[in-house]
Amino acid sequence: MTTVATQRAPGRTLLSRIATSDHRDLACLYFLLALAAVVIGTLLSLAIRIHRVWPTYAFPGYGIPKPEDYLALVTMHGTLMVFFVLTVVPQAAFPNLVLPAQIGAERMAFPRCNAAAFWITLASLLTLLAAFFVPQGAPISGWTSYPPFSALPAAGPGQGNGMDLWLLSILLFCLASLLASFNFLVTIFARRAPGMTFTRLPLTVWSWLASSGLTVIAFSALLAAAAMLLADRHLGTSFFLPAGEVVNGIRQRDGSGSPMLWLHLFWFFGHPEVYISILPGMGLASSILANFTRRPVLAYRFMVACTLFIGVFGLGVWGHHIFVSGMNPYAGTAFGLTTIAIAVPSSAEVLAWLAMLFRGPIRLKTPMLFTLGFISFFIAGGLTGPLLAQPALDAYLHNTFFVVAHFHLVMAMAGIFSIFAGLYYWFPLLTGRRMNETLGQLHFWISVVAAYGTFFPMHFAGLAGEPRHYAQLSGTVESFSSLIPVERGITFAALTLAGAQLLFLFNIFWSMRRGLPAGENPWAATTLEWSPIQPHFNIIRDPYLYGTDIATGTDFLPQWQSLPEAGTSAQPSASNSE
Amino acid sequence: MNWLPPNGALHGIALDHLMRWNLAVLFWLFVASQILILLAMFRRRSAKKSAASGQQRITRLFILAELLPLLAITALYLWMVFTSHKLWAARRESMSNPEAIQVEVTGVQFQWYFRYPGNDGVYGATRPGLINAPAGNPLGVDPNDPRSADDIVSAVLMLPVDRPVDLRLRSIDVIHGLFIPGMRLKQDAIPGMTGHLAFTPTTPGDYPILCSQVCGLGHNRMQARLRVVSQADYDRWLAARERALAPEASAPESQR
Repeated sequence: MTTVATQRAPGRTLLSRIATSDHRDLACLYFLLALAAVVIGTLLSLAIRIHRVWPTYAFPGYGIPKPEDYLALVTMHGTLMVFFVLTVVPQAAFPNLVLPAQIGAERMAFPRCNAAAFWITLASLLTLLAAFFVPQGAPISGWTSYPPFSALPAAGPGQGNGMDLWLLSILLFCLASLLASFNFLVTIFARRAPGMTFTRLPLTVWSWLASSGLTVIAFSALLAAAAMLLADRHLGTSFFLPAGEVVNGIRQRDGSGSPMLWLHLFWFFGHPEVYISILPGMGLASSILANFTRRPVLAYRFMVACTLFIGVFGLGVWGHHIFVSGMNPYAGTAFGLTTIAIAVPSSAEVLAWLAMLFRGPIRLKTPMLFTLGFISFFIAGGLTGPLLAQPALDAYLHNTFFVVAHFHLVMAMAGIFSIFAGLYYWFPLLTGRRMNETLGQLHFWISVVAAYGTFFPMHFAGLAGEPRHYAQLSGTVESFSSLIPVERGITFAALTLAGAQLLFLFNIFWSMRRGLPAGENPWAATTLEWSPIQPHFNIIRDPYLYGTDIATGTDFLPQWQSLPEAGTSAQPSASNSE
Repeated sequence: MNWLPPNGALHGIALDHLMRWNLAVLFWLFVASQILILLAMFRRRSAKKSAASGQQRITRLFILAELLPLLAITALYLWMVFTSHKLWAARRESMSNPEAIQVEVTGVQFQWYFRYPGNDGVYGATRPGLINAPAGNPLGVDPNDPRSADDIVSAVLMLPVDRPVDLRLRSIDVIHGLFIPGMRLKQDAIPGMTGHLAFTPTTPGDYPILCSQVCGLGHNRMQARLRVVSQADYDRWLAARERALAPEASAPESQR
């Protein structure tokens, strides 16, 4: 990324690029942070997979993982991936890279707030990683950290200092997310170029509007929950602690709270979090599909409505994570219904994407391939959503590998494939070069096959009743022994999946210097981030004017381009994308 | 291709049926959508020129490819919700059956304990301060409470076949998840709360009991066994356990 910045502004020192409030420099910093997090998170997941099938394998320099080590791996893997990869890239790095440009703004509304958000995110990541190095190591209560397990240091190794650091890290991350999202919201509302009306916004911007709104509400709840749990641990409060706790034979202080409060607060954050990380990918998918099929987004206003519906309804479905927790069964029924309701707009977007695939001349470049991968995983993981939304069926599948398969497909794989799509698509913005296409295609095909190989078989393990967070399949469950070959296959697929990412890393560093020069607007796109002149626009048309019946003779009409006849026929026939 | 473990519970028959239907429908939807994506990738790359004007074409496409399938999918989702709600309502939205066999299930790191109320049908009081597993009182049962004298604490969940059961769920340290895959049962045991779980075992046999909520370093070891036996065997087992209590010589046997 250094070459990038050098190209744009020769003579800038390293310091000026780091101590920056320029949103594109911040995007690069966020990418580097997420890269560090994803490398560590992936290595942890490989350690998990290896330990599951070769439980006696001694890791070089460490030895055989103890049961608590396994749980620490799971906890840290989940936390790193959910917060520092699947939230940071779509909800911090990408908007910093293109959001101002896409609305025709020169800069963010609050550049310093925006920069502060990055530094707090970095502090949060370092705090989290520090948990590995304190006495007793990282926390072991999973990324959901249910109390009293997370409230009482006596409940297990890592639940002392490690848990404190985890909570501190979450607090910092919430703060950073709130700062960043307020900035994005204000930027979208206040800094659009003249003529950039709401119906001319690209769907990515609509997605960031919805996901930033969700972030403000959801992360506020998590911030409060984390602060309350810290208070329970250190200030003698008992928001989450009931009376009569005995841990390890030792009587704990009597509280007057309930762990259920944490379950509700955490999932009030936790479910919107899924949409925060996936909505930007959905907007990006629509944009890339329009570009690489050379046709407008099908039913633009309908897509906007779906995005907003998901954004609002995303706040009302959290209870489906706690059907079997002792929540009132009538509440379970209600949350099942809201969950089915939110599946409808999600399905609507998928149907629109599928329809778009059969319209124009499809071009299978890497950004498009990864978008197709995103759609494939979004469907594969999304379809089990309505199944898990039924309390009666979820009561069997809850916390089994079926759910692990569900969210790794719909959130992790769909999320990461959409991140790849965005990186391959926007790479020329940063470097002036394209990423290598052959390597990109190879990266896609190996990844898509290996990802299915990793996560699809987990459905079967889940149906057989295999619970999450089991370091080993031993004990009374003889039938699980038949799952060992499946587990082994999953591990091999996971190793392949991780190995394929080396192709991507190599491609990035190779293409930064040696990639084909991209030239102006390499994908023949219509949205403003590709405009050669920035910014100062007077926007007069919709964001996705692709098609053969466009007056200019080309098959697209960028939002920044003025027509020869000075705007008289500004709205060609294909413009009304509904 | 039967991945679910053998079912031994009355409600499991309908649940398994519904699960298979759901999985089959969703699996074929998955296959169809993936085929569509592949077809799109490998179809002829040129765009067809249609006679209809742009706007008409788009409206037609929107109705045929978007609205109609969406209506069908919504109908499918509603069918799923309403069919399975019957199951949920029958088991969860009803009061517990007073005729049912009562067993209290308590989760402790990393062990399940099963307490039977004995001949008086009432559980003796428990006090957190009395919990002392090494001394044989892992649940803190109060010996001064006359109702606790006939309480049986077991490490095995023994149940007679074809009798409704009402489990009372408790935890004395962290959240545990009672999971009996063969009985299609799962419910969290939350400290400070008492949960209830009703079911009827219909097939004699041994069934694993697991913990489904991460509870500490021994989470995966927190396993026990449900043994479903004939009514006669159950009565014999219960009587033997009561006799063992009678001499008052030893505290309730609890370790496996």
